[in-house]
Amino acid sequence: MSAEDTKISAYAHPERLVTTEWLAEQVSAGGIGGPDGIVLLESDEDVLLYETGHIPGALKIDWHVDLNDPVTRDYVDGARFAEVMGQRGISRDTTVVIYGDKSNWWAAYALWVFSLFGHEDVRLLDGGRAKWVAEGRELTREVASPTAVDYPVAERDDAPIRAFKDDVLAHLGKPLVDVRSPGEYSGELLHMPDYPQEGAMRGGHIPGAKSVPWARAADEDGSFKSREDLEAIYLDEQGLTPSDDVVAYCRIGERSSHTWFVLTHLLGFEAVRNYDGSWTEWGNAVRVPIEK
Amino acid sequence: MSDTPLPASLAEIAEDFRSASNDLKLQLLLEFSDELPGLPERYAGHLDQLERVDECQSPLFLTVEVADGPSLEDRVVSLFFDAPAEAPTTRGFAGILHEGLDGLSAAEVLGVPDDAPMRFGLAEAVSPLRMRGMVAMLGRIKRQVRAKTAV
Repeated sequence: MSAEDTKISAYAHPERLVTTEWLAEQVSAGGIGGPDGIVLLESDEDVLLYETGHIPGALKIDWHVDLNDPVTRDYVDGARFAEVMGQRGISRDTTVVIYGDKSNWWAAYALWVFSLFGHEDVRLLDGGRAKWVAEGRELTREVASPTAVDYPVAERDDAPIRAFKDDVLAHLGKPLVDVRSPGEYSGELLHMPDYPQEGAMRGGHIPGAKSVPWARAADEDGSFKSREDLEAIYLDEQGLTPSDDVVAYCRIGERSSHTWFVLTHLLGFEAVRNYDGSWTEWGNAVRVPIEK
Repeated sequence: MSDTPLPASLAEIAEDFRSASNDLKLQLLLEFSDELPGLPERYAGHLDQLERVDECQSPLFLTVEVADGPSLEDRVVSLFFDAPAEAPTTRGFAGILHEGLDGLSAAEVLGVPDDAPMRFGLAEAVSPLRMRGMVAMLGRIKRQVRAKTAV
């Protein structure tokens, strides 16, 4: 067993992660796509990154164009999700592996949205696109054309893993994790460094929230830290326990999807919700409590 | 949108984008990203001499040179950009502005309407949120031209 496999086998739900090495074997064995194959998806912040070159066989999924409703600030409905899945040859029981840029922020976000619709077998590539590229592995500009299949219209079930503003108001006093940068948490910055267009009217954090920037869960190569290292941060240092009812947030819910993944799938927390309204809602809402 | 026309070079690019399907728009943008010229030697490794555009989701640096001449109509504008390969959308936006504005006169660049980036029909292909970077780039280009031609 490689060191990476050993690391992954220690997580609460090791089946949620694959290694670049495992994926490379699947690629060369022709296991990507086709009726019984794995479907590999790239989900990036940059809408054009997939087009510059992607893992052979990977299809593109865009958080904005494919997963967000074009009008309401919400995710797509069951019918549209079924369409997005079916076009990519994904059936309800297909194994889907997602990877992306920025340490898998948008890949984790897509995985979380898939989970809202109850898609069972969805995994992340540990280390994402950057690790695959850093290892000098193959990229292609060739776009596969999957055979469309029927994906059932599944009702989106938000309650278990998604929190809305009212849920957070009712949650005050219970564990909250703010995964933004320290400057955003303290209220010095009204937006994330480099992203001034996603600002808010007020700075600070939700009362009682602990500051655990998402990046603390990632190693330098973008892969997840070992279970031991993660437990040292979230359990020993922050005092969380896996039975806690936890809400995580950032500015629009993408960085907190990364932390939601860590707590839920790597550490086995049973009740973690992602507040996707996050600071772009809370910091602009009238008369909600804010701590600085 | 304003009625101010775009310079011919930019208008031609805008028309290419507007008439393309969403998939083709992305392919076109990729070509602009691929073809964005690198920095000339005098700027390479000297990013501190360039202006950072914070509104882009990925770091982009740009600078403007304006040649001497008797009037704004005679002074030729040159544009220089730097953005990493991992930020192809930002590179693509820079590539459009380079192709459309480099070599025009200062008067022509200053006359480009501020809403020009919204005339490419790109918002539906890349999402409106992502268009703000291009608006910011154009704003800074015009500001630099204004500063460098001020008497």
